[in-house]
Amino acid sequence: MRIDGGLVRRMARLAAMDVTDGEAARLAEELSRVLDHFDAIRAVPDDLLPPVPDAPPAPLRDDVPSSGPGERAYVAANAPERARGHFVVPRVVSRNG
Amino acid sequence: MTGDLARLLDGPAHGLAAAVSAREVRARDVAGAALLRAGRSRERHGAFLHVAGEDAIEAAAEVDRRVAAGEALPLAGVPIAVKDNVHVAGMPTTAGSRILGAFVPPEDATCVARLKAAGCVVVGKTSCDELGMGSTNETSAFGPVRNPWEPTRVPGGSSGGSAAAVAARAVPLAVGTDTGGSVRLPAAFCGLVGVRPTFGRVSRLGLVAFASSFDQAGPLARHARDAALALEAMSGADPRDATSLPGASPDLLSRLDDGVAGLRVGLLDDEEGVHPDAAAALSATARLLASRGASLVPLRLPRLALGVAAYYLIAAAEASSNLARFDGVRFGARAAGDGPAELVRATRAAGFGDEVKRRVLLGTFALSAGHREAWYERAQRVRTRIALDLGEAFRACDLLLSPTAPGPAFPIGEKSGDPLSLYLTDVFTVPASLAGLPAVAVPAGLSRERLPVGVQLAGPAGSEALLLAVARELEAARGPWTAPPDVIR
Repeated sequence: MRIDGGLVRRMARLAAMDVTDGEAARLAEELSRVLDHFDAIRAVPDDLLPPVPDAPPAPLRDDVPSSGPGERAYVAANAPERARGHFVVPRVVSRNG
Repeated sequence: MTGDLARLLDGPAHGLAAAVSAREVRARDVAGAALLRAGRSRERHGAFLHVAGEDAIEAAAEVDRRVAAGEALPLAGVPIAVKDNVHVAGMPTTAGSRILGAFVPPEDATCVARLKAAGCVVVGKTSCDELGMGSTNETSAFGPVRNPWEPTRVPGGSSGGSAAAVAARAVPLAVGTDTGGSVRLPAAFCGLVGVRPTFGRVSRLGLVAFASSFDQAGPLARHARDAALALEAMSGADPRDATSLPGASPDLLSRLDDGVAGLRVGLLDDEEGVHPDAAAALSATARLLASRGASLVPLRLPRLALGVAAYYLIAAAEASSNLARFDGVRFGARAAGDGPAELVRATRAAGFGDEVKRRVLLGTFALSAGHREAWYERAQRVRTRIALDLGEAFRACDLLLSPTAPGPAFPIGEKSGDPLSLYLTDVFTVPASLAGLPAVAVPAGLSRERLPVGVQLAGPAGSEALLLAVARELEAARGPWTAPPDVIR
């Protein structure tokens, strides 16, 4: 499986992660080599591979408030920028438009 | 440090706990001595990223009060180190990455809270591969960890700091996490017992998520009994982790000395790519088990070799989803960006290291339109096949014996430029991870270069007690634990 720099950049956009041109070229090379090896799973005859069983349903707990420090403690302690109990991000809509 | 304290820290955790419980020594004095050792271990091997201070002494004093009040604590006053992708309230969590910035969790991971309830005192956080992604500890953003057996060699990963700390006798016990082998590989490279529990045995609450259908916390110890005590304390259902198994902790101690007579040990015949010293250790272990009454069952499981591909594709896919939380907005580090989208992209580019980027991109690729069926879904079907193959194998035998790693620890830097060759280091550990089964890495002697080699015991779901009993028997047959040349005093 050949991965080129363009495909790496497309994946990086999907993954919301900037990559430089140099990184894209190197990652393309490394991922191509890895996928060449992983190609072995595509060579396994289909009839040897059973369908994936459905996951068991997730257990549900009672719908009551639970203990623990909760979101606010994490926010207060660790948000890189916060104001009045909210996260601060760069301006999304400018004053002019 | 008094001779008594040094002797207790050099010895097993269960001996130390007995001395604290009998009030022969105070937990606070043990904690003070362990903190000194943790500091030295950070300087010498880079094993710790954070060493606790007065808070650990206070926690130990509380253990002394509980003991004085008559509370029975199975790990009374035992100083432990916790891998830095597991939350300890009030101590920074970096997970070996710059992306978490100065993150300090306000609560303990469930497994840490349970170890504290059993009497443990956390003396620090240990280095690991970035976000658990690596087999050598070299992907940590904060530098490599040195193996106490030979400081130019890797300690294994991703729980490399935890393994180096226990091997160098800074602490008798440490918490690691194992996704595809991250407790077992460092245990093998550092000459320790390391347990990957059955998936769901230990709550994942408070672990920095890497691949949620694989991640499990487990203990690293010098002695099988200590590993059993720690795992028993960490285990049990947790309503805050929907994948935790129902029920109380399993009893891991009452059968610990049961021996191996009558057990059927499956032996894989595939030695391709295995270092001769690792192969010799495996044969010697098989002969030892046979001499103690086990029967050997030769097995062929050729499809296990597909495990590395299936594991890396699925784990990378899960990581690409889990790591979406690192956006520079809600917690962790933040890079400058003109708008919200630019901020997220720049934060992730600056915060993630090379290996994490590689896996996020691999996972994104495996899940993307046009590739999902050929890679991710195919890998899931191979995972199912391997789980079925192992299930069948466990009708013919009670446990599977294999090497833990293809060879002993290699020099720092030797494989760091070659991701594929590093991934292949996990060839023996990923099958149990894919099938959600327990596996224990056990020391199996030294190579000709005097480096530890390990063997792995893997069993059906819920077989931890059996696996630890076999580990205990092997330990008893081999004699006292061998200390590495570069221990901390």
